[in-house]
Amino acid sequence: MSEARAWLRRLVRRQYFWGIVAILILLGLNLIKDPTYLAIRTNPATGNLAGNLLDIVRASAPILMISVGMALVIATGGIDLSVGSLMAVAGAVSMEFLNPIANATSVGAMFAAVGLALLLAGVLGAVNGVLVTVVGLQPFISTLVMMLAGRGVAKVITSGQNTTAVNEPFRWIANGYLARLPVVFLIAIAVVGLVALVVRRSALGMLIEAIGINRQASRMAGVKPRGIIISVYVMSGVLAGIAGIFAVSSVMTVDVSRTGYQLELDAILAVVIGGTSLAGGKFSLAGTVVGSLLIATLDKTVVFLGVSAAATPAFKAAVIIVLCLLQSDVRALLRRYLTTVARRGPSGGEPASAERAKPEVPANREEVVV
Amino acid sequence: MDNPSPIVEMRGITVEFPGVKALDGVSFRLFPGEVHSLMGENGAGKSTLIKALTGVYAIAAGSILIEGQERRLRSTADAEAAGISTVYQEVNLCPNLTIGENVMLGHEVRGRFGIDWRATHRAATEALARLGLADLDPRRPLASVSLAIQQLVAISRAMVVNAKVLILDEPTSSLDAEEVARLFGVIRRLREQGVAILFVSHFLDQVFAISDRITVLRNGRFEGEYLRRDLDRATLIAAMIGKDLDALRALGSQRHASERDGTTAPLLRANGLGRKGSIEPTDLELYPGEVVGFAGLLGSGRTELARLLYGADRPDRGQVEVDGSVVHLHSPVDGLDHGIAYSTENRRDEGIVGDLTVRENLILAVQARRGWARPLSRREQDEIVRRYIAALNIRPADPEALIKNLSGGNQQKVLLGRWLAVHPRLLLLDEPTRGIDVGAKAEIQAEVARLADDGVAVVFISSEIEEVVRLSERIVVLKDHHKIGEIVNGPDVTADQVVEIIAQHDSGMATQEVSA
Amino acid sequence: MSTISTATRPAWLDRLGHAWRTKRAALPTLAAVVIFIGMVIYGEVVYGRILQYNTISNLFVNNAHLIIIAVGMTFVILMGGIDLSVGAVIAFASVAGVMLVNAGWNPWLVMVLMVALGGGFGLLSGALVQYARVQPFIATLATMFLARGLASMLSTVPERLPEDSPVRLVHYTIKLIDGPRVNDLIVTPGVIIAALVVVGAVFTLHRTRFGRTIYAIGGSEQSASLMGLRVPRTKVLAYVISGSLAGLAAVVYTSRLGAAQNITGIGWELDAIAATVIGGTLLTGGAGYVLGSVVGALVLGLMTVLITRDGSIPPEATTIITGGILLIFVLLQRAVVGRKRE
Repeated sequence: MSEARAWLRRLVRRQYFWGIVAILILLGLNLIKDPTYLAIRTNPATGNLAGNLLDIVRASAPILMISVGMALVIATGGIDLSVGSLMAVAGAVSMEFLNPIANATSVGAMFAAVGLALLLAGVLGAVNGVLVTVVGLQPFISTLVMMLAGRGVAKVITSGQNTTAVNEPFRWIANGYLARLPVVFLIAIAVVGLVALVVRRSALGMLIEAIGINRQASRMAGVKPRGIIISVYVMSGVLAGIAGIFAVSSVMTVDVSRTGYQLELDAILAVVIGGTSLAGGKFSLAGTVVGSLLIATLDKTVVFLGVSAAATPAFKAAVIIVLCLLQSDVRALLRRYLTTVARRGPSGGEPASAERAKPEVPANREEVVV
Repeated sequence: MDNPSPIVEMRGITVEFPGVKALDGVSFRLFPGEVHSLMGENGAGKSTLIKALTGVYAIAAGSILIEGQERRLRSTADAEAAGISTVYQEVNLCPNLTIGENVMLGHEVRGRFGIDWRATHRAATEALARLGLADLDPRRPLASVSLAIQQLVAISRAMVVNAKVLILDEPTSSLDAEEVARLFGVIRRLREQGVAILFVSHFLDQVFAISDRITVLRNGRFEGEYLRRDLDRATLIAAMIGKDLDALRALGSQRHASERDGTTAPLLRANGLGRKGSIEPTDLELYPGEVVGFAGLLGSGRTELARLLYGADRPDRGQVEVDGSVVHLHSPVDGLDHGIAYSTENRRDEGIVGDLTVRENLILAVQARRGWARPLSRREQDEIVRRYIAALNIRPADPEALIKNLSGGNQQKVLLGRWLAVHPRLLLLDEPTRGIDVGAKAEIQAEVARLADDGVAVVFISSEIEEVVRLSERIVVLKDHHKIGEIVNGPDVTADQVVEIIAQHDSGMATQEVSA
Repeated sequence: MSTISTATRPAWLDRLGHAWRTKRAALPTLAAVVIFIGMVIYGEVVYGRILQYNTISNLFVNNAHLIIIAVGMTFVILMGGIDLSVGAVIAFASVAGVMLVNAGWNPWLVMVLMVALGGGFGLLSGALVQYARVQPFIATLATMFLARGLASMLSTVPERLPEDSPVRLVHYTIKLIDGPRVNDLIVTPGVIIAALVVVGAVFTLHRTRFGRTIYAIGGSEQSASLMGLRVPRTKVLAYVISGSLAGLAAVVYTSRLGAAQNITGIGWELDAIAATVIGGTLLTGGAGYVLGSVVGALVLGLMTVLITRDGSIPPEATTIITGGILLIFVLLQRAVVGRKRE
């Protein structure tokens, strides 16, 4: 019994535990409206599983991709606002490539389309990385510019059209089923698994975290931040490219204005819900998965409960604001304000808050107290 | 110039942080029309005392009297209202604004249509004139003048807000001799105008040149207040490091000068290595298996020189040779490529990666050398972890503990382990025993000796001169950003000799002494 | 001026040197003016009919809203922050405003309310940045999504203003010069409002302590704080100003269009940022002029005109071009200033 309790306590302490709770609450709301919400049926024609849960899981696939990329970027202390635009770029490339191809069943064409799309997305991600590390621009401004330019690139590739294409293997990516489950979700999980493997099995994860936690100390320890940070932005770009392929493959059309539009907030939200701090440092891929599922559930729930889909950004913004407040320790702020009014008593001043008390006086470099 | 009644009096000041008393019953007096220097080594409590006086830190016990009246200073605004202004080493002005605006910011002259810039700049010129800077154009952007002048602008600003007390915190660290002379001219002028000046600096000669009164703190306690004319350098240094000269005479070396035949080539040779503002061009040779100590007071350039030898900072003068060939040490990676490792003295900002575990901190440098694609196997990691937790007696002996939760001393040991794990040929240890308990100190010192026996070249930097004397085979003495000498250690070399060298040496950084 | 004059140096050289030393920060803004004039000349030479009354009038009338939000953005960027929510705030304020007018509220009151709503969003952004210590781009990203979402909750279809609504008066065309055929110099109250906003902003930034505090914070927030300036208050107020000006821009824009929709203003924050950066304001804060942002807004507006006239550049390329221009300017700033800071 105590073993279960210890396990439970560890679970609760994990930051994404509350994300799981939130998912359950949302599903509960849906259940209230329709008691059969969670039912999983089998499609009599194809034998595949169907149902609301399956819809949620399928919708979470693109979000999962961009969120994982975002988690790595945020862990290094940066941000990638261009993921939505890079989705559009990948979609545009693949549709434009497949459009003129007559053979609608060519698997080679599908691979080529995917390859080209991911290549361009990765290159644009590398541009982000170079702007941030070599040129030294703030991450938000360089990825903001890429967000703008990327969508423009997508529009130029398709000449402003919402290009469509016909290619069965490509279409199968987002619409097909394998072992009765949606392929897109299986691919997404596989990709996440691959990323997790690369990041955690190699030293990449630890070095990313070290750079995010204390860049100076990492530098002094011989870490080369530049290469790692560029790689992280490339990964974010490629993952956004995969997400774009998912998005475009489901309808076999790229909407150069709408594809991926405003999804960067979804990614940021998923990462933050998952327990990764916006300030950088330790990151949690498992938490990011939970966060992505939560966003997908939120999207579906809002629509299911009858609120206009265009309004979901408001909910997401509210959640982000609350999370930021919690992460920034507003409680400590309030506590400090209250004690300031009552004035700090003897031994009441902790050095951390004493040094944070405005105005901040920088500690003389050589005078470190203990 | 003694005014019987001090303008600021701090009595029995105690400042506490969890687990440590930064100041314990310290007293301090400031008289108008006097330059009073505050001196002390690392951790002495100088900056804490100033922060207590300027309202940044709360005092747990004691009282502050300003012009005879007890005041509670809760913020810098309170301090400023009480007539206390501070000018910091980094100047703390806004470089994008004009000189005049920086002087008058918050006190601009207002007319019918908002701020009257002509009148404001005129007022700024008047304030600057008070310091003898009347010909400085207030319309110039602050960033267009040198740091030395920016500092003077900061001081004029202090005068604009009618400071009666001016605190100068390490004002000369980045100035050359001419700029120091000009600053001192300004300080003397203000002194004549009746301002009380608190001068904090580690440059011994400057302190002697400008001060009327000197207070020494040590380990958070008041060590003594002296009139400068009654004090000599050696006594002052001894007071700062807490040993009297007789005691220092008794502390000799435990190492013998290494018997080196003339044919052993140095592992590293530095020729004229220097960096503007941190260390003057220096020559140095380091041999394998030899412990070289850098001795000197705070700010003498020990850390700066060590950082150049590692690549943490880039030199702008001179060159370094390793094994006879010239190398360019432009980053820590370069240093590590040549087998050089540096253990920082600023473990909080440059040492520990707080949210990572002890294990990850231990293997960080090794892993960084291998690159991200070749992770250390679990077995290799365990090997490193086990070895150094045992060798350095790291407590708690839990590799998965977050390093930020360890005590300072144990954090230091983990950092030491990190560098030992890369098996360097030259290990630069900057204050490795600071903040560590006696037992751990002995362990680290023993480790240092063992390293040297294994053929590693070791540079040992410590503020505790007697520790340097005890452990080193050769002592490099530094003062005011200069290397002023080398002593080959032996049984008759004692710590007080090092103190005498520092005290006697005139590095040319001082200005002419004020005649009594 | 130096008191010790060297007899050999001519006075004008001294004055030039003095001007160079003290006014060097204005150089980027000067460059923007030069660029604008260059574009006008280029356009006139290559396409013609640029330098005439109706083109110039339309340039101001059609970009009045952009000028207003560029001014607001300048305040925030000068301080070292950013406001990504202005486009969304315009959408929300305009949709809410039009719906209230249609519901029978006093139109004049509604216009004031639109500004106030914008200010409310600014207050939220400012509070998040200052008190919750959230990075400005995240805080205003959240505010942006909040405003956009709320606008969409109100309505997803275009909301039309009644034909005779006083709100449309803001777009009432005033003929200043009656030229041949349609070539008239016209001005609207919207343009006048924009002009007043610019004048007010210039006065605030250069003649009030609040404005100087903004510059100081942009230069070094820590120093500003240590110098005793009221940093928290100023920071929040700057975001309130940005939000309020977005609300005001909503009034001007809605009156011109006669309608409001939840998808209004998408991407306008980037236009405002681009206008500010082109106008010479440093993205890192501390330097820049409001007049520069006005020039920047006109540069962007003129660019659209030229692209339309040209016809050969596809309209979808405009986003890349704007992004590219923004990137070039940011890189230039980094190259010039970054070296100095290093």
